[in-house]
Amino acid sequence: MKTRLEKFKESYFLYSFKRDKVAIFSFVTLTVFVILALTAPWIAPMNPYDSANIDIMNSELPPVWMEEGTSEFLLGTDNQGRDMLSTMLYGLRTSIIIGVGAVALQGIIGVVVGLLAGYLGGKTDAILMRLADIQFSFPYLMVAIFLSAIFQVVFGLGSFERLAIPLLTIIIGLSNWPMFARTIRASVMGEKNKEYVEAARVIGLPRWTIMFRHILPNSLTSVMVISTIQVANAVMSEAALSFLGLGMPVTKPSLGSLIRAGQEFFFSGSWWITVFPGIWLVIFVLVINLLGDWLRDVFNPKLYKG
Amino acid sequence: MSHLLEVKNLEVKFALRFGDITAINDVSFTLDKRERLGLVGESGAGKSVTGFSIINLISKPGFISKGSIWFEGNEISKYNDAQMREIRGNRIAMIFQDPMMTLNPVFTIGFQMVETLLAHRNISRAEARAIALEKLKKVHIPSPEQRLDQYPHELSGGMRQRVIIAISLLSDPAIIIADEPTTALDVTIQAEIMDLLQELCETDNMGLILITHDLGVVSQVTQKIAVMYAGKIIEFGPTDQVVHNPVHPYTIGLIGSIPGSIPPGQDLKQIPGMMPTLTDIPPGCAFNPRCELKQDICTRETPVLMEKQNGIMAACHMK
Amino acid sequence: MFAFIARRIIQAILVMLVISLVGFSIKDQIGDPVRDLVGERVTPAERAEIAEKMGLNDPFFTQYYRFVKNAVTKGDLGRSFLYNKPNLEVILHHAPATIELVFGTALIIIVISLPLGVYCALRPRTFLSRFTMSFSTLGVSMPVYLTAILLIFLFAIHWQVLPSYGRGDTIDLFGLGWWSTGLLTIDGLRHLILPCVSLSTLMLPLFIRLIRSEMMEVLETEYIKYAWAKGLSPARVWMVHAFKNTLLPVITVFGVQIGIMFAFTLLTELVFQWPGMGFMFLEAVHRADISLLIAYLVVVACLFVVVNTVVDILYGFINPTVRITGTK
Repeated sequence: MKTRLEKFKESYFLYSFKRDKVAIFSFVTLTVFVILALTAPWIAPMNPYDSANIDIMNSELPPVWMEEGTSEFLLGTDNQGRDMLSTMLYGLRTSIIIGVGAVALQGIIGVVVGLLAGYLGGKTDAILMRLADIQFSFPYLMVAIFLSAIFQVVFGLGSFERLAIPLLTIIIGLSNWPMFARTIRASVMGEKNKEYVEAARVIGLPRWTIMFRHILPNSLTSVMVISTIQVANAVMSEAALSFLGLGMPVTKPSLGSLIRAGQEFFFSGSWWITVFPGIWLVIFVLVINLLGDWLRDVFNPKLYKG
Repeated sequence: MSHLLEVKNLEVKFALRFGDITAINDVSFTLDKRERLGLVGESGAGKSVTGFSIINLISKPGFISKGSIWFEGNEISKYNDAQMREIRGNRIAMIFQDPMMTLNPVFTIGFQMVETLLAHRNISRAEARAIALEKLKKVHIPSPEQRLDQYPHELSGGMRQRVIIAISLLSDPAIIIADEPTTALDVTIQAEIMDLLQELCETDNMGLILITHDLGVVSQVTQKIAVMYAGKIIEFGPTDQVVHNPVHPYTIGLIGSIPGSIPPGQDLKQIPGMMPTLTDIPPGCAFNPRCELKQDICTRETPVLMEKQNGIMAACHMK
Repeated sequence: MFAFIARRIIQAILVMLVISLVGFSIKDQIGDPVRDLVGERVTPAERAEIAEKMGLNDPFFTQYYRFVKNAVTKGDLGRSFLYNKPNLEVILHHAPATIELVFGTALIIIVISLPLGVYCALRPRTFLSRFTMSFSTLGVSMPVYLTAILLIFLFAIHWQVLPSYGRGDTIDLFGLGWWSTGLLTIDGLRHLILPCVSLSTLMLPLFIRLIRSEMMEVLETEYIKYAWAKGLSPARVWMVHAFKNTLLPVITVFGVQIGIMFAFTLLTELVFQWPGMGFMFLEAVHRADISLLIAYLVVVACLFVVVNTVVDILYGFINPTVRITGTK
């Protein structure tokens, strides 16, 4: 019996990963980003969320290589005197937490709905999928914007800002579950009439066991591919919401709110407040998208045969 | 006298990442006016590739690497694209395997017929439509007038194959190449379509190359048969001779496996094993691993196609 | 065909009922119609009296029925306290700006993505194709608002060749008062360029990729091979046979994406201070004008449903196979 590690070493997955320079580059970059984000509280020069550290006299300082730049603030400071580098590290951390959390939520809703609809069929299927269709016919960003607008009115601006991280996770999670539900349902429909499921049913395994232990593992590759793309989408949604002023508040900025805050200073010369978080966000989303594209190519047999 | 069509030492290769593989190896045959030739073999033997290489339409990585193709005295394998288009659908027409997939689903039958004519002749749309109608009548399609304005999905499979035959008749070609024209159809319709093809070839003086895996069909329609195996012709001769007195052990095996070829009560014979894939053709005779008569020489030397008996040519060391 | 259209329209109405129910429940829970009507300076006793008069104490479904009835028969979607006008009037007043933005963007997308997508499918190995494909991945990862900010910086501030904010000169159409258009003045058109270009960068990569992959798939089919075998010219095989089959799935996606574009107009409108529906929406959020928000939801949903339905029906007309299943 081979160990899992040995199996993995011989897999097509690893083989094609080693051959694809773009995939390796994206993976390494993404890993670096995630490590930077998770260790932000220890490696960042200052804590930008703590107003005690902020001195308004330091506001709008340019990056170190420009005149007036100081080595204390490598990438300059924003309009409130926060160190850009630290703020970007913290912002990325927030974006990743919300993005991953939202996709996990989407995944849970999607998997449960998709399994139920696909396996039970009939009326359950019709009702659940109709609901998914209705929501799907609206752009998820629109749904997310609307949900945050309502949440903001319900909670009031103060509480919304305090609870921003969990609320945004819920909002983005709720706004984009139909994608998962549809995919899971489609693969359940494909799997459920296969013989191994029939066999499991004949020996009297309960429904839930069959669904979770037998059908779900066979849908996992598609879940993995979608999840990757969805994390990129969720991060983009969070940034868009924050840019609109419906997401992370300026006191705890994510990358989107930083870009928003920097917008007016950009045109008067302080370009770094917008450009650095912008590049940061674009690279982060780009490597996730590149990895997602690569995963799709590897796991979609129709593609790698041709 | 020159032949209507002559294929000389044709070799077709497919350029793949790890190198070229040979799909057609040294294939030669001729076709005369009003002659009907069957190309027989298992799938993967190279019959379709041979058919498509005649009108230079081999699928992408494939290309003609050696040999020549002569049509009405001209070497058409040297033609450029524009010259070749004058041949395709005009002098040499093709019928594809699956009528469900062959017609473009978003255009009417009439549209697809008229455009073919307009591509080759300087006539008006109305004239083209009249010719289309005439050809539809010729293939015995009920209410042809109405069919012109219908979409492919509104017709049954057999009806669509008739339409495709009608399209191939449009510009009165010299040769029709039919690639498994009945494989995708019901058995009852198969016979009708084959009868129609044979009848049209006779009335319209056309040559026919019938590509099929079905020896039964070929024996009813054609005058000559070429049996292909792993990219080569291994037996070639008059149809009744090949069917009744086959020479090559592979052909014998093929005929032995047709139901009805042997007395009732006896078991059908099957050829053991499978045809090799093009990437690992064994040395010597490609058929040797499956052959009952195999000797040492068969694994060392490749047999050449030679005159054997009753006008049959075969490539076998043992016969 | 008739049955097909009828079924699509019934579906559309059902969707609208679900949406309006959701919208109305929200309004019922957190809205304040009394304030919307008379403002905040009234005594509690007066409030209760007005609430009773407005039927706010009626059972939920009675109120919902009234809401739908007013909306359908009178076009009455409630009142905005922020603008102190009927909601529908406020929305109609802002709608032309947004619709022009979406229209201009759609035009840019069609004009660029069709030729480029087809080219990439026909010549996948050329430099331009490879460049387009890698650039499109970057485009997908680029937020619209960032593109917009960069465009403003380059074209409006650095080179000063295009205007940056607002709609510029507009003309009042048909003397309606609410329908103003920037499409008829040079200044209006110049103001449209940057917002439309930045909005189109969002969808362009997607459409180029979609058209390319659909076209490549079509080029592999038997009927294209047969078209070659009939001796048709490359122009005819590609531009007639392959193109029409490519376009069918693209049209459906286009319908959906137009809807999605409406969501992203919020971002562009914010950056360009574009006085459209998105701008109005953000204003309504900041001032907690629930009534206007719900009216916006209903109107936008209606817009989506209409666009989706029209696209589906159009698709039925173009694609002969759908027409038949529709009549069954």
